Order: sequence, then C-alpha cells, then structure tokens
Amino acid sequence: MTRPHLSPLHSPAAATPAGPRRWLDRRRLVHGALLALMLLAPVAADLLGEVYYVNLASRIALVAMAAVGLNLAIGFGGMISFGHAAYFGLGGYVAGISAYHAFDGSLVMGLPGSDDMRVIWLAAVLLCGLLALAIGAISLRTTGVYFIMITLAFAQMVYYFATSWPDYGGEDGLPIYLRNSLPGVDTQDALSFFLICFAGLMLSLALTSRLMKSRFGAALTMARLNETRLATAGISPFPIRLVAFVVSAMITGLAGALYADLNGFVSPSMLSWQLSGELMVIVILGGVGRLYGPLAGAILFVMMETLLGGLTEYWTFFLGLVLLGVVLFARQGVIGWLAGSERHG
Amino acid sequence: MGERVLSISGMSKRFGALQATQDVSLDLHAGEIHALIGPNGAGKSTLIAQIAGSLKPDAGEIRLGERDITALGVARRARLGLGRSFQVSCLAEPLSVLRNVMIGAQALQGHSFRFWRPVDSDPRLLAPAHAALERMHLAHRADTPVAALSHGERRQVEVACALVLEPRALLLDEPMAGLGPEGSARLTELLETLKQEVPILLIEHDMDAVFRLADRISVLVAGRVIAHGDGPTIRRDPRVRDAYLGD
Ligand SMILES: Nc1ncnc2c1ncn2[C@@H]1O[C@H](COP(=O)(O)OP(=O)(O)OP(=O)(O)O)[C@@H](O)[C@H]1O
Ligand SMILES: [Mg+2]
Repeated sequence: MTRPHLSPLHSPAAATPAGPRRWLDRRRLVHGALLALMLLAPVAADLLGEVYYVNLASRIALVAMAAVGLNLAIGFGGMISFGHAAYFGLGGYVAGISAYHAFDGSLVMGLPGSDDMRVIWLAAVLLCGLLALAIGAISLRTTGVYFIMITLAFAQMVYYFATSWPDYGGEDGLPIYLRNSLPGVDTQDALSFFLICFAGLMLSLALTSRLMKSRFGAALTMARLNETRLATAGISPFPIRLVAFVVSAMITGLAGALYADLNGFVSPSMLSWQLSGELMVIVILGGVGRLYGPLAGAILFVMMETLLGGLTEYWTFFLGLVLLGVVLFARQGVIGWLAGSERHG
Repeated sequence: MGERVLSISGMSKRFGALQATQDVSLDLHAGEIHALIGPNGAGKSTLIAQIAGSLKPDAGEIRLGERDITALGVARRARLGLGRSFQVSCLAEPLSVLRNVMIGAQALQGHSFRFWRPVDSDPRLLAPAHAALERMHLAHRADTPVAALSHGERRQVEVACALVLEPRALLLDEPMAGLGPEGSARLTELLETLKQEVPILLIEHDMDAVFRLADRISVLVAGRVIAHGDGPTIRRDPRVRDAYLGD
C-alpha cells in the first residue's frame, strides 16, 4: 500500500511550483547561511579580540532561542501568548537565585543553591514547565483576544510578585557576581559562553523541527488549522495545545537562564510585558511559524537596536516601520523574503 | 435486521424560540442505511451534530452499542467509532489530502504524545490513509492541498477521513452535494457496498440516491420525525408528499 512519495507536508505542488525539493535549495541555503553567520561572526570577533561583539552574538542567540520557544506556541500552535516574559524571567531568576544561595551557602526552600549550570538549567526548565502548565491549563480555555489578555495578566502577576519580593533585590534586581559554571568549560570566556548559547539555540531548533514532524506535531498543526477536524478525527485539541505550550515555555525559560548568566544580572525587566512584546515582534519580523524565523528576527531586531539605538533613542520608530512593512508585504517575515514562502502547516 | 449499533431516544434541542430537534428517537442497525430526509432547516444537520457530540442536546440519550455516550466529547465519540462527514466541509485547507486523512489513523493508534518519529515516513499512518483514499477514488489527489480541490472532492475527502477511523457507525451529511451525476452514481455504489461493513445514517437531498440506497427512511420536518418506514411506505405517505416530496 505504501507508495513512495514526497513529504505530504511540503508537497511539491504546494511548496514550490518549481518542482520537487532538491537537497540544496534556496531555503536550505539561507538557513545554513544564517547559522554559519551566527557561528562564524563571533569566532572572527574573538580572534580580533572584540569581546563586545562576541557577547552581542550571545545575546542574539539567546533572544533567538527564547523566540524559538514562543514561535512554537504562536506560529506552530496558534496560541498567541503575550506572556512569555514570565518564563524568560523565571529562567533568569532561577539562575540568579541559585547562584546567590550557592555564593553564601544558604538554603532555598530547604535546598542548597548551585552554581552548576546543569542544575540551573534543569531547575529552570522544570519550573517553567510547571508554571506554564498552570497558566496554560487556565488560559487555553479561552481563545483569541481573551487568550492574549489572560497570558499577559498572568505574566504581570509574576512581574509584580518579583518587584515586591525584597529578598532577591525587588525592583533593583539581583546580580550574579560570578558567571555560573559548567564542568570542562571556562564559562568566563566570552567565546566559550557563546558556544553554549549557540548549542542551546541549535538544540531548540532541532527539537522544534523534530517535534513538528512527529505525530504530536501533526496533531498540533491540525489544532491550529482546524480544531473541529482534529476532534472529529478522535483527538482532543486541549491536551495537545497544553503540552505544546509547556514545551514552548521550557525553551524560553532555558534561554532566560542563560541570558541572566550572560548579563551577570537578573531583574524584573526580564519579566516585563515589554519583553513579551519584543519576543512577539521578533517572531513576527522573522516569520510566524517558520522554523528559522526567530533567528532571522532576532538578528534583525538586535542589530537594529544596537546600530540604530546607538544613533537615536527613537530607534523603535524605525523598528515600527520595518514591522509595518513585514506585516503588510511579507506575510512570512524576513525568512519568507530570504528563503521563499513555504506552505503553512 | 442486524443488531442495533446506534440509538437515539427522546432528543430535543432548542435555539431560543426555535425548536430545532423535538423528541427525536431513531436507531441504526448493522448492515443498513438509514436515510434522514426533510426540507431545508428541518434540523437534520443539528441532529447529526448532537449525535457526534459537537452540540449538546437539551434532553435525550445516545447509545453506541450498549454504551451511553451522551456525556462524552466529540473526540471520545470518534475514537469509540462514530465517523462523521460535515455538510460544509471541515478540513485543514493548506494541508494535503493525505495529511487530513492521516490524522484519523493517528487517533486510532492511541495517544498523539509521540514526539520523535516523523509521520511522513510512518507506514502505520500512510497505509490506512492511502487505503481510505483509494476507496474514495482519491488516490491521485493524495498530495494535493485541500484548498485546490473541488467542492465535491472535499466531501469525498471527508468520507475518507471518517473511514480511516474504522467506524462502527457513519454519519454522512449530504455526501453527494456538488458531485455531479457521475460522481453521485459512483458514491451511491460505494455506499451500497460500504453498508455491509458500517451502518450509515445518511442525510441526502438526492431522492434517487435515497430511494435506491436506504433500507429505512425517517422524515424530519420542523425538528420532528413525521414519518418512518421503508422506501415504498415513505413514497406513499401523504404527509411526506405534502411536507417534502411535493407533487
Ligand atoms: N447554532 C445555531 N443557533 C441557532 N439556530 C441554529 C443553529 N444551528 C442551526 N440553527 C437553526 O436550526 C434549524 C435547523 O438547521 P439545520 O442546519 O439542522 O437544518 P437542515 O435540516 O440540516 O437543513 P439543510 O437541508 O438546509 O441542511 C435552522 O432553522 C437553523 O437556522
Ligand atoms: Mg443540513
């Protein structure tokens, strides 16, 4: 019965009128080029002794990774979360609080702190997963604008909680005096730390890609495109969406933990609605529901912020123009413009 | 008559002032096609929606085999063996025909929390989906996006989606609509063989097909079953001629 056939997801008829996809087509070329740029630019900067640019690359990689997480919810799951800063910030606070307690030897809820990144990552991923499970279980009972607003409301609750809790710096935030450690790696070294961030980004891309090709991904795609069809086919949409929401939060949370280590500092601004908005802007700029969209979006966003932001404090005006252009003329974002449009789903 | 597969009793549904379903009781036996006919707005689709679980009845009970399924959700009922096609097709348009059908095969094989293996190359999903499409004479359309299909073809994809669930009962809402005479004839033939495997509750406006296919017919008018019987009985019934068949 099984006939040899091309991927039904990207059937040639719909993906590119040019015919079946070759091994090295434009899309793959663009994706490969983005990753190569992402990896080689900081290596070159490091050779030239430009630590600032290495750290800038780390920042891009982590913002991209956080947006990869958000894209799983928004782009692949159709769940427009306006509250992903909650997970980004929680991840950051896990890194900060754990380092704080490891530093003075005190306990957090009966547990010792740790400055081992592996412990911090695990804790960040688990806690973000739990938070997203609770928030998602309630929020996913709503749709549309209500979902956007309720995810924002939950994130604001986390934000105010952090600002009003003096133990960990409250509004002032919490410094991480010494970057957390990883056995066998000199995390103080900018390039080594960048490579950790880059590995995290690659991992989140690989995970999303694999996930979306699996049965789970097929169900999530159907939940986004036509939930009545999914239910009629015998699969309840709610648990599928909830799990996707949790995985999405975990990825964003892990990026947040690394982000706090990059800056040596975590503050409520990592939990702010502005940050949620920036992540959304990055996803939209890059290309909603495109695997490499968040990477393209993050590069564009951070570069604009750095280059234009250095010239004028009104750089967001230009960001707005670019965003407007993308929304009006390039529905699949920068990545769709670079790599060609792709069938959704 | 074969054993009773599906039974509905005392079902009622009101939309504001409109009584869309009024104390409807009917059943479906193994090996038969039970046709549900009636004028536009009689409440046929509303009845199907309540049986499938997408609309909650105000009163009444639905049994699949011995099991009371009245309180279960749509997905649960589908997994228990209720296959349904919609009057207005309900498919994921950007996806290929194959993808739309495969999702049902997936549901049949347990939960969908499988994160690793790609569906594209999974024979356990591809084989049943291709088989269902072949049955509907849609094999050549497998890789076409649903958006590119004609109205009639979409209705057939819907039937394939229902078939892949290996249903115990089929609820088909006007599957012939938009098919044209040749397509209609072919589908009529198909349903005739299919009913040996799965009994079908069939809503249809094409009276030739109905009288040819149906073992029993129920006539719904204004939410109420006004007549019930085999083809000749219904044809002769003066109330039915009055309310629906005209002439
Ligand atoms: N969700 C709803 N809310 C309010 N009224 C509804 C709703 N769904 C259906 N109705 C009304 O219920 C009545 C029955 O509709 P239904 O679609 O079941 O008719 P039908 O017998 O399938 O007609 P047709 O042959 O045209 O498909 C119609 O008057 C319709 O307007
Ligand atoms: Mg109808």
